[in-house]
Amino acid sequence: MTATAVLPAGTRVAIFFRMLAIQGAWNYETLVGNGIGFCMEPALRRLPGGPHGEAYRAALARQSQYFNAHPYMAAVAVGALARAELEGVEPARIERFRTAMCGPLGSVGDRLMWASWLPFCALVALLTFALGAGAAGTVLTFLISYNAGHVAMRIWGMNVGWREGLKVASALANPVLRHGPLHIARAGALVAGVALPLVVQRLVGGGRIVQGEILAAVLVGGFLVTRRQGRVEAWKWSLGVLALFALYSVLR
Amino acid sequence: MNVVETGMLSVLGAVLGLDVVSFPQAMLSRPLVAATMTGALMGEPERGLLLGATLECFALESLPVGASRYPEWGSSSVVGGALFALPSATGAGALLLAVIVTLGWAWVGGWSMVQLRRLNARWARQRQAAVARGSRRTIVGLQLYGMTADLARGALMTAAGITLGVPLLRFALPRWSVPEPVTLGVLMVLAGVVATSATHKVFHVVPGARWYMMAGLALGALLLGVAR
Repeated sequence: MTATAVLPAGTRVAIFFRMLAIQGAWNYETLVGNGIGFCMEPALRRLPGGPHGEAYRAALARQSQYFNAHPYMAAVAVGALARAELEGVEPARIERFRTAMCGPLGSVGDRLMWASWLPFCALVALLTFALGAGAAGTVLTFLISYNAGHVAMRIWGMNVGWREGLKVASALANPVLRHGPLHIARAGALVAGVALPLVVQRLVGGGRIVQGEILAAVLVGGFLVTRRQGRVEAWKWSLGVLALFALYSVLR
Repeated sequence: MNVVETGMLSVLGAVLGLDVVSFPQAMLSRPLVAATMTGALMGEPERGLLLGATLECFALESLPVGASRYPEWGSSSVVGGALFALPSATGAGALLLAVIVTLGWAWVGGWSMVQLRRLNARWARQRQAAVARGSRRTIVGLQLYGMTADLARGALMTAAGITLGVPLLRFALPRWSVPEPVTLGVLMVLAGVVATSATHKVFHVVPGARWYMMAGLALGALLLGVAR
């Protein structure tokens, strides 16, 4: 192993922008593997011999094999693996690390971003809409809030990965990652409850239909669908019901 | 809708379709954003917003988790937004038809993403030896091929969706017979039911989440009463 490596700001910026395209070649065989190699490539140019050297080619080949992770949390792996390669960690250790990190980086990211932060930001934007915001206000509320979390996650991931190297697993015990989904989910449930009646009111419009009846139907329907959850996705059967309703309306 | 408008919307659909997975996953492809942007591009931002908010209630249920197949909301929301922004697309019937087209096209878009992933796998398999040699050109090339194919996929999905959707809307709207309040009521009940069950599905594993939701509902009902 060589002395502690240095990653210049320009290389970090290049890696960050490449990480936005980490899933560009996503497929069912190597999953995000090629993307990991693609993102780390600017850092690997700093290996002895530069981009034409044997060390560069061996590291790039190693890092472009099968890998699975949440796309934002993959930044943790990119940072840690870049440091390991630049410090000359033995390949077998790097392979073991890659294998060990796949599961945690997928599940932690899915829980925090897909199952908490994304629905929370969407619900906040719907509430903003329900409270009377216009097109720009609603869209910006969603995009700014969501991407504040999204970009922060990628930057934090890359930095913590680089700082901790192959010992980065302990960073996954960060309180935000451990307890964040719990608090965001509670806040999301609260916002959903507030937003639902108000969204229905704005979409239906005042005085055109009995909002109370619609809300009651939503609550009863929501309860019944919740009971049958797991058997069918609600949006799919809704599409069927809407299509039948449209056929009835057009053909009768 | 003329060729120039369809082409312009296809470019938007391509960019928003790309956002779903390939680049940059900034959620520009969520229906709330994509339909509103399309409406704004067509000069009808408020109609786009109305459609986007309705679609977002349905989209809350489908999260872009890993290898699972999920609806492709980017290009399909552009199709829906374009249809609902047409001058003749007024009233609840037009909104409901735009929702149907978007949901159906999002489903087809999900299938097209699976095909793209298979194509990416085939390309990767063909270049396996070069990747194993650490060829920078091949590894960067695979990313660029994948993203270009995704961009083309989004553009084709949008152009095809508009080409099929506009005549459908023009056929169905003059024949729409169910009164406006009933049409709107049916659509909003379904959107609300999907949103409610989706919220429960996402958050129910968290202890106490249902009580937070009940408290929110009480607060929402109170605000609704005050607004009246």
